[in-house]
Amino acid sequence: MITFDYIKPSANKAAIDAIMKNQNAMFIAGGTNLVDLMKRGITTPEKLVDINNLPLKGVNKSNNILSIGALTLNSEVAEHETVVKQFPLLSMALKAGASPQIRNMATVGGNMMQRTRCPYFYDTSMPCNKRAPGTGCGALHGYNRMHAIFGMSEQCIAVHPSDMCVALVALDAVVTVSGPKGERKIPFASFHRLPGDHPEKDNTLEKGELITSVEIKENNFSKHAYYLKVRDRASYAFALVSVAAALDIQNNIIHDARLAMGGVAHKPWRLKAAENILKGKPATEASFRLAAQMAMQGAKAFEYNAFKLKLAPNSIIEALTLASKA
Amino acid sequence: MENEFFFNYDTMPDPMDRVDGKMKVTGAAKYASEHPVEDVHYGVLVGSTIARGVIKNIDTKAAERAPGVIGVLTYLNSPKVPGYDAGGNPVKGRTTGQPLRVFYDEVIYFNGQPIALVVADTFERAVHAASLVRTQYDAEKHSTDINANLDKAVYPRGRSNDYTRGNADAYKTAPVKIEAEYIVPVEVHLPMELHSIIAKWDAEDKVTVYDKTQGVKSTQRSIMQAFKLPEQNVQVYAPFVGGGFGSALRTWPHEIAALLGAKKTGKPVKLVLGRDQMFTMVGYRPYTIQKFGIGATADGKIIGMSHEAISQTSTYEEFTEGTVNMTRFLYDVPNVFTRYKIIPLDVSTPTWMRGPGEATGSFALESAIDELAYALNMDPLELRLKNYAETDPEKNRPFSSKFLKDAYQLGADKIGWYKRNRQPRSMQENGWLAGYGMSTGTFSASRGNASASARLSADGKLVIQSAVADSGPGTATVMTQIASETVGWPANKITFELGDSSLPPGPTQGGSTTTSTEGSAVHAVSVALQKKLGELAIKASPGFSNAKTEDLVFDNGKVILSTNKTTTVSFTDILKHNSLNQVEVTSDSKSLNDQKYSMYSFSVHFVKVLVNPLTGVVKVNRAVSVADAGRIVNEKTAASQIIGGVTGGIGMALMEEGILDNRYGRWINNNFADYHVPVSADVPDIDSLFVNKPDPIINPMGAKGMGEIALIGFAAAVTNAVYHATGKRIRSLPVTLDKLI
Repeated sequence: MITFDYIKPSANKAAIDAIMKNQNAMFIAGGTNLVDLMKRGITTPEKLVDINNLPLKGVNKSNNILSIGALTLNSEVAEHETVVKQFPLLSMALKAGASPQIRNMATVGGNMMQRTRCPYFYDTSMPCNKRAPGTGCGALHGYNRMHAIFGMSEQCIAVHPSDMCVALVALDAVVTVSGPKGERKIPFASFHRLPGDHPEKDNTLEKGELITSVEIKENNFSKHAYYLKVRDRASYAFALVSVAAALDIQNNIIHDARLAMGGVAHKPWRLKAAENILKGKPATEASFRLAAQMAMQGAKAFEYNAFKLKLAPNSIIEALTLASKA
Repeated sequence: MENEFFFNYDTMPDPMDRVDGKMKVTGAAKYASEHPVEDVHYGVLVGSTIARGVIKNIDTKAAERAPGVIGVLTYLNSPKVPGYDAGGNPVKGRTTGQPLRVFYDEVIYFNGQPIALVVADTFERAVHAASLVRTQYDAEKHSTDINANLDKAVYPRGRSNDYTRGNADAYKTAPVKIEAEYIVPVEVHLPMELHSIIAKWDAEDKVTVYDKTQGVKSTQRSIMQAFKLPEQNVQVYAPFVGGGFGSALRTWPHEIAALLGAKKTGKPVKLVLGRDQMFTMVGYRPYTIQKFGIGATADGKIIGMSHEAISQTSTYEEFTEGTVNMTRFLYDVPNVFTRYKIIPLDVSTPTWMRGPGEATGSFALESAIDELAYALNMDPLELRLKNYAETDPEKNRPFSSKFLKDAYQLGADKIGWYKRNRQPRSMQENGWLAGYGMSTGTFSASRGNASASARLSADGKLVIQSAVADSGPGTATVMTQIASETVGWPANKITFELGDSSLPPGPTQGGSTTTSTEGSAVHAVSVALQKKLGELAIKASPGFSNAKTEDLVFDNGKVILSTNKTTTVSFTDILKHNSLNQVEVTSDSKSLNDQKYSMYSFSVHFVKVLVNPLTGVVKVNRAVSVADAGRIVNEKTAASQIIGGVTGGIGMALMEEGILDNRYGRWINNNFADYHVPVSADVPDIDSLFVNKPDPIINPMGAKGMGEIALIGFAAAVTNAVYHATGKRIRSLPVTLDKLI
């Protein structure tokens, strides 16, 4: 059997040190993705550093900032009173993800770290630059119905599978990480990366860096928010397209807007240009259509995902409509 | 006529609970891989990674050296299967018409073909060792895409099966006609229980297996043939089966592989397929392209229909099913043409999946009927009634029973069919488009051979036995009911034992025949038990010594003398009077080959859908399914059949599709996350209705079959409703949202 070492430290520093000592060591929290990857031989860490004993749990709000510990369970965040009332977009996105059983195991940090669900990534007999750099992209000329329409490269056209991250990028969340060089903060939009020539790298974390919390500033989007997940069945399916939409509407005029999409790119896809179009406009279908049109600039489809070029803007209109009515 | 001892349901209690329900929900029921077997070892299969060619080199050294491994089998070192040499080309080359011969030679017929078996002391060690097997191939160009190989379509066994009634082209000259092509993709059975077997050689020529199978006797026969063993030397157990839907109707290569692994290593071998292997090793519903033509007069009398189907099979076996058959008899049409062809591809062999070919064929037929109705500006139900077949137009004979009109009425009333606005895209609910659709299903009803034994003990326990398997419909429950009612003995004192090949032969559970076939045997043995008890009463019970058998009446566990009704004796007292601990009888029930009647079950499905106009998301909002399945023995288990059929039908209509990457001939979505079956949130409240009128011909119970008709036709009801909601006709399943935006 492929053996691995396992430790369960109770201090952040010990966990980080353990990772630094072994080139092939990995953190494990809920394990809802990593254990699958290990079973299939896609990821073969020599050492697992179980971080579940670290003091990284809980949801707190102070000084207008919501702070979510990296080890807080997806289900706890989704049901947390403050989140439900003041950050409903995040609660809705979490509830749209996975299944209740998985949400009871999966952590916020782990959710951010989950790998793509591209089938070529999962089948070790197929080419995949993300799993095995240099072997090619199986999806590029293969079955790419689930794949990206924005920001892909010749090396990789996979999408990031998270729902939670789409809401977090829309809400301008900030990721706090702790590493061998100390603490730093990463804007959520800069946490995940586009594939470029290194699709094996999903994010901008450096070796030994540990996600400790995610912070969101208080905002005026709690009244008009909607997370729309469009998928092939009603639950337990990854998004074909998802939309996080939040509006600050005053006297039927859109004062501010937040918009992001999931299922369309290698990272949660923030739509700032479309947000800007909405600002100052009435909350009407005509405005939403303009935003949807703007959002789709630069989109490009492959053989099996051309429908996303229509589904994505339609979903934006639907999500903005539902947010405005919320 | 079979109805001289017609089954009396008037005294039946409310639908009986499943006799094994508690065992199933508490985990007490043991499924194939759960039986404790001493010193059991674990087998894991290695699949090929090319679709066609030969193995050039297979290196098993690392696997053999891995911890816990006691054997690695390949074609180079496997024990021989004597039955494999019984036919076909012995060494190289591609044979046809023979099941895949596992570990037989170096030839690869499909991607994922089992090429090695690793046996180890734990499952994890076997999985790891299997990953160490290294194989080099001489790959050949493969063909797995049916659409790219349409020119290779052939008649099965090279013989025309064209059916023509009247003029094949008559529909083309009709005032109103429809010509369309319909596609049903590959669907995979995926029962919750993975296919599993424990194989244990008790001696050189004697074997015991615990197997997931829908037929313990058919599995026994397959193993007997493969290893040239006598019947008494092959023991098959399948007391519980966690779903099948057809995938466990035949014996597959993994079962033979486990037997070979056990033979080679001398240890009992447990082999459980992985979910991905369920896509390549135990069959699937084949991709099928159907061309349908239909024409009618302006007032809706159908003049002609033409139905051609092309389906896929493997290169080593021809699989066929009744895809076009129902077009020949469901409607009263003077001119009908059907044709059925197959294309051999470098894929594993398909097999029957619930509803089998008829579920595929009904999608074309019942979609075309709907298309015709809209073209005629006629209600689709009215069109069906206008062309209703009172007698079988294919065989020119009456139906044994047909209450399809009752079913139409029940379903239409329940869903409010006539209250809808018939115009497409005319109805809305909360911003979603709403639509109604309907369809008809039918499947043959029959009765085969079966035997059963009945043993009444002095303590009052009655045990009925038969070698049938129950993959979920509630066979033991229904058989207990039939025995209880026929013998006149309380159900809670009856045990129905099944899933054991040493019991009196029972049928394979498939084709909606178990209640009819097995129930007839249980009925027969129940009557035989009464007769035997009567004889014993005359022999030894006080007051019966001069009685004649025709003077005996059986009622509620007693024998009563009809000439003197105060003379009675209980069944258990009869045993006492005869100084017997038990009495046992065995009966055979013969298959019914009545050439005077056509026998079919019928179903009607009504569906309401909601479609999001922007995203194309389809929700089945309501389903009403009505069965004309003769007398319903147990309304609860029968309703469960409908719930399962409707759920499967929602999957077939909206989400199920096995996707192959034709560049590799390899499955893309071979897991439960990517191959979508309906979750609870996809399934609405389902109304299960029954005409519940007995068939007077088929068997003493008057019961026809339920399993297939619950699914057959359902997908068309959904696509017809989607058309009504949106004005878009989807002819290619599944109706994923991309087809609607």
